[in-house]
Amino acid sequence: MELHTLTLQQAKDKLINRDITSLALTQSLLARIDQVESKVKAFISLHKEQALQAAQQADEQLAKDNAKELCGLPLAVKDVLCTADMPTTCGSKILEGFTPPYDATVIRRLKDEGAIILGKVAMDEFAMGSTSESCAYTVPENPWKPGYVAGGSSGGSAAAVAAGECLASLGSDTGGSIRQPASLCGIVGMKPTYGRVSRYGLVAFASSLDQVGPLTKDVTDCALMMNILSGHDLRDSTSIDRAVPDFSTALVDGMKGMRVGIPEEYFGAGLDPDVDKVVRNGIDMLKDAGAEIVELSLPHTEYCVAVYYLIAPAEASSNLARFDGVRYGYRDLEAESLLDMYKQSRSQGFGDEVKRRILIGTYALSSGYYDAYYKKASQVRTLIKDDFEKAFASCDLVVSPVTPTPAWQIGKNSDDPLAMYLSDILTLSANLAGIPGISVPCGFSAEGLPIGMQMQAAHFNEEVLFRAAWNIEQQAGIRKMSPPL
Amino acid sequence: MKITKEEVEKVAALARLQLTENEVEQMTRQLDTILSYVAKLDELNTDNIPVTTHTQPVTNAFRDDIVQESLPKDKALANAPLADEEAFTVPKIIT
Repeated sequence: MELHTLTLQQAKDKLINRDITSLALTQSLLARIDQVESKVKAFISLHKEQALQAAQQADEQLAKDNAKELCGLPLAVKDVLCTADMPTTCGSKILEGFTPPYDATVIRRLKDEGAIILGKVAMDEFAMGSTSESCAYTVPENPWKPGYVAGGSSGGSAAAVAAGECLASLGSDTGGSIRQPASLCGIVGMKPTYGRVSRYGLVAFASSLDQVGPLTKDVTDCALMMNILSGHDLRDSTSIDRAVPDFSTALVDGMKGMRVGIPEEYFGAGLDPDVDKVVRNGIDMLKDAGAEIVELSLPHTEYCVAVYYLIAPAEASSNLARFDGVRYGYRDLEAESLLDMYKQSRSQGFGDEVKRRILIGTYALSSGYYDAYYKKASQVRTLIKDDFEKAFASCDLVVSPVTPTPAWQIGKNSDDPLAMYLSDILTLSANLAGIPGISVPCGFSAEGLPIGMQMQAAHFNEEVLFRAAWNIEQQAGIRKMSPPL
Repeated sequence: MKITKEEVEKVAALARLQLTENEVEQMTRQLDTILSYVAKLDELNTDNIPVTTHTQPVTNAFRDDIVQESLPKDKALANAPLADEEAFTVPKIIT
């Protein structure tokens, strides 16, 4: 049997029953990486020796019968999360060679449960992008169709899971960066409610929007990962002190009593006909499972891109001020004055998209423009948030496509930032409103590219998303298919 | 025009970025496109709408003030491009 095809839960069961060892599992995944990585290009850094050593230790633990939740299970982590024993680059040259002095809280939680981290995976530089093409080290490709984007910014996290290079992965989602690559690569990805998962040790892009979440082969694995990642953290003052349910218990058959909202604005012009067909088919699946369908409106949807591309760059321009060439990261050692050191180090270290966003953000916050741009965007953010509050008075979840189109060819749109920003229109609102969202595989385009369905729910209602995603998974049966690598 | 070359240069200086002549031209063009697009927010009257800077109703997140171990000096300095045993090293600031 090919162990790399197992889901996280299947591998866990086999380890606990001693059908397999963690060493064999880890070796199988490393062999898989050797076999397909030249096509997938997901890893920025791979740590084979550390992984094999951790697998041997896990096997000793497993022999003692008190195995932890993820004991001996190999995962991959987006290179935006601090890992004390592995370099963390954020996909940027400015952090080349940086090894953080501490673990992010989510990394700590995975390690405390015995997980093995195989390596760090590709992403758009500082998570700013929708294709992972701005990664300074490697550009991941879609396992379903090499030469096509894996999505972004957590493109490496999605490609690695879809290709069977790891059992599950972590990503981060500021405007769709977990849900979009999950959809394009045919896997499950969840952006939790803002505050559900600690951001401590997540290198900040836009602090009021960023959330860490899992990318997995199926809904069961997603619930398993969320059980471990969620919870209050004193080290993140924005994490919320609230009881975490057992998400696995939310995976129940049938949707009786659930009201599914369909926002008309999410099915507008520009939607690819295949995406429209697949998602509407998914809505029928929910209906067949007993859900009531409610047509509704989220009238401020058309303003999401404008709001997001002011607020996110504004927060980024402030967050990325820390890259000054003093404490970590790249420095131009030739610079003679302090000011030249700042300017030259940052200009040589950051890529174009990061510079573009720092400039937009600095402009939107600058004296004379603050009210017209940043404040205006923050007010419209309130209207977007209110739209969802009204929607959730009449439904339990809102269902839509994740992206207007399936994956596209690498290189397309790379000279047109606004065209790229517009492709994010369906995912940005969850971050602006702080609500949870999930992408679950729902079907394929005529070309054979995966298409996901997005579901969004009210704050801290991830259980509703798990139940609906579970019902889609049972009917769509995508989980049983794997890319032809 | 929503933004001029001079404004891009000014903003770049504020953000401690040094752009080449070509970059200034390209960024001016791209920022102009983006700022023209985001101007669609002006369609909305937001006179009495409060701002949202945070989506959760959290005000102060207090914790007990307990002394904990801090990062040891050698670890804090380990990633610096230039440092001695005590401190980060930077170009001369006061001349």
